[in-house]
Amino acid sequence: MVSELINANPTVYEKKERRARSAPSDYADEYAVEPIDQPEVFDHIRDIKDPEHPYSLEELKVITEDAIEVDDKQSYVRVTFTPTVEHCSMATIIGLCLRVKLLRSLPSRYKIDIRVAPGSHASEAAVNKQLNDKERVAAALENPNLVDMVDECLAPSFG
Amino acid sequence: MELSEGACELKLLDRLEGHSDRVWSLAWNPATGSAGVPLVFASCSGDKTVRVWEHAPSPSSASWTCKAVLEDTHTRTVRSCAWSPDGKLLATGSFDATTSIWENVGGDFECVATLEGHENEVKSVSWNAGGTLLATCGRDKSVWIWEAELANEFECVSVLQGHTQDVKMVQWHPTMDVLFSCSYDNTIKVWADDDDDWRCVQTLGEPNNGHSSTIWALSFNASGDKMVSCSDDLTLKIWETNNMNMHSGDGHAPWRHLCTLSGYHDRTIFSVHWSSEGIIASGAADDGIRFFVENKDGLVDGPLYKLLLKKEKAHEMDVNSVQWSPGEKRLLASASDDGTIKIWELASLCTGNGY
Repeated sequence: MVSELINANPTVYEKKERRARSAPSDYADEYAVEPIDQPEVFDHIRDIKDPEHPYSLEELKVITEDAIEVDDKQSYVRVTFTPTVEHCSMATIIGLCLRVKLLRSLPSRYKIDIRVAPGSHASEAAVNKQLNDKERVAAALENPNLVDMVDECLAPSFG
Repeated sequence: MELSEGACELKLLDRLEGHSDRVWSLAWNPATGSAGVPLVFASCSGDKTVRVWEHAPSPSSASWTCKAVLEDTHTRTVRSCAWSPDGKLLATGSFDATTSIWENVGGDFECVATLEGHENEVKSVSWNAGGTLLATCGRDKSVWIWEAELANEFECVSVLQGHTQDVKMVQWHPTMDVLFSCSYDNTIKVWADDDDDWRCVQTLGEPNNGHSSTIWALSFNASGDKMVSCSDDLTLKIWETNNMNMHSGDGHAPWRHLCTLSGYHDRTIFSVHWSSEGIIASGAADDGIRFFVENKDGLVDGPLYKLLLKKEKAHEMDVNSVQWSPGEKRLLASASDDGTIKIWELASLCTGNGY
């Protein structure tokens, strides 16, 4: 099937250098709980593939480390992503991929909010509402076509 | 009974495991809990099953047992369940677009009817007070009214269009055949029968002091002249009507906004239930449960409803449903994304062992 791409020529950016996760030193309590932080959440989602390009969300600057807010004490994370074009119909798929990846990667105590960056999408409020309605997310994840799409985008992120 | 903050405590009686995915909803069998009939309720889940739980009368054994698992019928999440008023039939609505009707035959539950018609996910089911009408709603923005006929036949008598987005819940008025629906479109619609023609007689939206985001649930007080709704906008709203007019038959008595309870939950409020003795319970995505009662302080500028008790961390994850039990005891069941159901007793401290 030949279909027209929503954004045929996206700008591709360089990947950020990976931070080495510090190994626990001999003096540290190896059982101490290390709080979840911004770089850790970024590592979970940076390699998610864009639904219509072979590039990662990081390479397309759909997500950046700065767009992740984490409060480990409150078990809260908010990811703000920036679709490559204002009318991107893939925004809800990208948001669903982000949510699924975080649901699978973070402890269940976490509350997750996903939203598009203010001003970055023509139907910002509608997209945000849909992405944060857990009943619609649950229904989407019982739709085999959507699940295939999400799994394909998530595959590179399980490294 | 006068209740006030600090005079009550919430006791966890039981924590029930069995579902292997989030528990979306639960429903007490209204024909149980009195005259020696042990309490029964049903729960439904993302694991595609419905479980029926019964209170074991023996105080020495485990309090609750799972009497039946209704499986291999719905092929996707079971989102909602409701008992007919006589407690003989259980209706279940599923993301698989169907509604099933189950009959308790000598302790076994048989699927006696399957209602098809919705284009996709069914999100809520509700029986009218007489048990003659069943309402269903779903993502296709429609509300269906089915008439129960003899021999477990159900005929669709009306398909109500009016909501502009998916319909989250349907609920019949406790005494009259007036139907209420609430939606992702931020409105509550009131539907009434006008010469066998069901139509929308009122829409409660933001211009009527209504909610500013998805409305997930609503519930009526015992006399049916007040209702409470809960929303993604983090508020609960109380609505009232003139019950006298409603009974006079001179058309529809409109509902009006009475007050808004805000600042009590900090994530989406998914469930609200008004007990027969006037206690409002709410459950939310902040994992907490709150209780409210009418404020009888008599202060002119005082709030109309006040917080009675709050329970933080009632569950490990979102609370999806809270339901008061029928019968004598002040029991509340809660269902959660953590896969468990909890049974609570709201006890008054002043009277010793409660109720």
